Amino acid sequence: MSTDTQLAPPAPARPKKSRNSWRRLLADRWAVAGAVVVAFFLLVAVAAPLLCAIAGQDPYTYDLDALTEAGAPIGFGGGISAEHWFGVEPMTGRDLFAIVVHGARTSLLVGVGATAVSVFLGVLIGLTAGFYGGWYDRAVSRVIDVLLGFPWLIFVIALGAIVPTSLPKPLLLVGVLAIFGWTSIARIVRSQTLVLKRRTFVVASAAVGAGPWHLLTRQLLPNLSATIIVYATIQIPSMIGAEAALSFLGVGVPPPTPAWGRSIGDAVSWVQTDPMFLVFPGAALFLVTLAFNLFGDGLRDAFDPRTRGLNR
Amino acid sequence: MRLARLISGRLLSMLITLLVISLLTYAVFYLLPSDPAQLSCGRPCTPERLADARAFMGFDRSWLQQYLGFLGGIVAGRTFGSGAAAVHCAAPCFGYSFRLNESVTQLIVDRIPVTFSIAIGAAVLWLIIGVGAGVLSAVRRGGAIDRTAMTLSTVGVSAPSYLVGLLGILLFGFTLDMVPVTGYVPLTENPVQWLWHLVLPWVVLAVLSAAVYARLTRGQMLEVLSEDYIRTARAKGLREWRVIGRHGLRNVLIPVVTVFGLDLGTLLGGAVITERVFSMPGLGSLLLDAVGNIDLPLIVGITLFSAFLIILANFLVDLVYGVLDPRAAR
Repeated sequence: MSTDTQLAPPAPARPKKSRNSWRRLLADRWAVAGAVVVAFFLLVAVAAPLLCAIAGQDPYTYDLDALTEAGAPIGFGGGISAEHWFGVEPMTGRDLFAIVVHGARTSLLVGVGATAVSVFLGVLIGLTAGFYGGWYDRAVSRVIDVLLGFPWLIFVIALGAIVPTSLPKPLLLVGVLAIFGWTSIARIVRSQTLVLKRRTFVVASAAVGAGPWHLLTRQLLPNLSATIIVYATIQIPSMIGAEAALSFLGVGVPPPTPAWGRSIGDAVSWVQTDPMFLVFPGAALFLVTLAFNLFGDGLRDAFDPRTRGLNR
Repeated sequence: MRLARLISGRLLSMLITLLVISLLTYAVFYLLPSDPAQLSCGRPCTPERLADARAFMGFDRSWLQQYLGFLGGIVAGRTFGSGAAAVHCAAPCFGYSFRLNESVTQLIVDRIPVTFSIAIGAAVLWLIIGVGAGVLSAVRRGGAIDRTAMTLSTVGVSAPSYLVGLLGILLFGFTLDMVPVTGYVPLTENPVQWLWHLVLPWVVLAVLSAAVYARLTRGQMLEVLSEDYIRTARAKGLREWRVIGRHGLRNVLIPVVTVFGLDLGTLLGGAVITERVFSMPGLGSLLLDAVGNIDLPLIVGITLFSAFLIILANFLVDLVYGVLDPRAAR
């Protein structure tokens, strides 16, 4: 960094405002409840092997003794017993508790991974487009317009068929979800950058000779961080939902890796005979999505001045 | 004059988008290592037969030549092979499935009524429920309707459509035995049965988007209601429903139309999921079959067809929007 950037006035500090934001967030019961449930699922995902060891089960071992001749689980609620806490999977007899617990890993890993990559891309593209403007900005806006309306699900289903099997599927999912997911955050970051770059502290920095790198990373980015964190949180549940939808359609995470979406897809043909096979993975997916949405909405209401007062 | 300029401008931009999208899609699908000729060659697959199959399908040429051939097929149709064994694919030709011995266009046309029935019905339902709930919530802000609608919308946003669909099948199909569980009856065959088979799929597909639109409409309506011209309208002594309907709703609908245009792609994707849940023979099940059998021409054909469809629909939405809101035409 050149010496003259030290002459640039520091970005305005806002400790008071951010303390107020945290207080607002803590006062929002639903947001706090969401955060607690999210933390619970994170804990479950991290401790999945431990939980399964306590239950004495793993998600891969077949237990055909727990099934009837036709492949349906024996006993109440899909084979719930002291051994199988959530019952067993039809046809294979694999432990449903272990599958649901390990499924949390898959969902959160793909959901958070895809969000991280898409936020990185979105911030990079949105920030530079808003800052530099010109033909680059117009090109970016055009690409975003096309991508936002694109039937991405159909494209991703089609892609799954022809990508070589040597490429790990979760990695592919993170990649394609990020390629189609960066647009919304890029739009928000771009519009905020357009406003910010005309603010006095940025103009003053540029006037005393700060380079674009300094302006982007030291002046603009810190002021965008709250927005970025809020919209990243809001993006996680839709990424989790997208992975689950693809796994549901049979083009997401391949067997035998546990995935909630695939379990729900398998449950389609068992809805009548074994509804509990649908209920456990379905409830897990619904709860984690709901929790992220509640927490994300709370964050947005507390930190994003544009929507404040509109939602409640 | 303004209209002509608007249409020609949008048309040009749509054509460029179509070209770029199809070029990219084609490049992605044909540069990845997979060989449809190898798959359809059969056993024993001698090198000569493989080369013949490649030449017949046109896979012996570079991908750019293949792409130009594909574009030409859409405009003028094309013929695969030569002599007695040649197959002709009439325009607009989106490729030829050598596995099913049928042109991709014909396969799509056979399935599209199912997908359209699901998508259009669901879209109508979601717009009515979403905009209606949003307006009511905004007008009675903080009231019982508002709180119920917003709680339901949070739940609706978080519930995956296939989960709602399966629970719906379980409750209304099996337990209460009110609606049929699976299948599709063409509208031309029996309109009542058509409707009856589609009720549950429509509701299921509409839930999530209705929730999103309820929030969007509510937020917009609250903003509009705080504008000066609403106060003026009230001060003039207009009835409340007239203020909301004429002055409020009109300005709320503009952003709703914009977002709806962007959601058409999602709608098509949602229809694919809904078809899987209710075992309906639409475009989605055709695509999933093609994926299962690695029927590359069919996969590429469906993907490009959906992209074209969405871009065309967006063009129409854009046009309607440009006519409704003169500011947007510039």
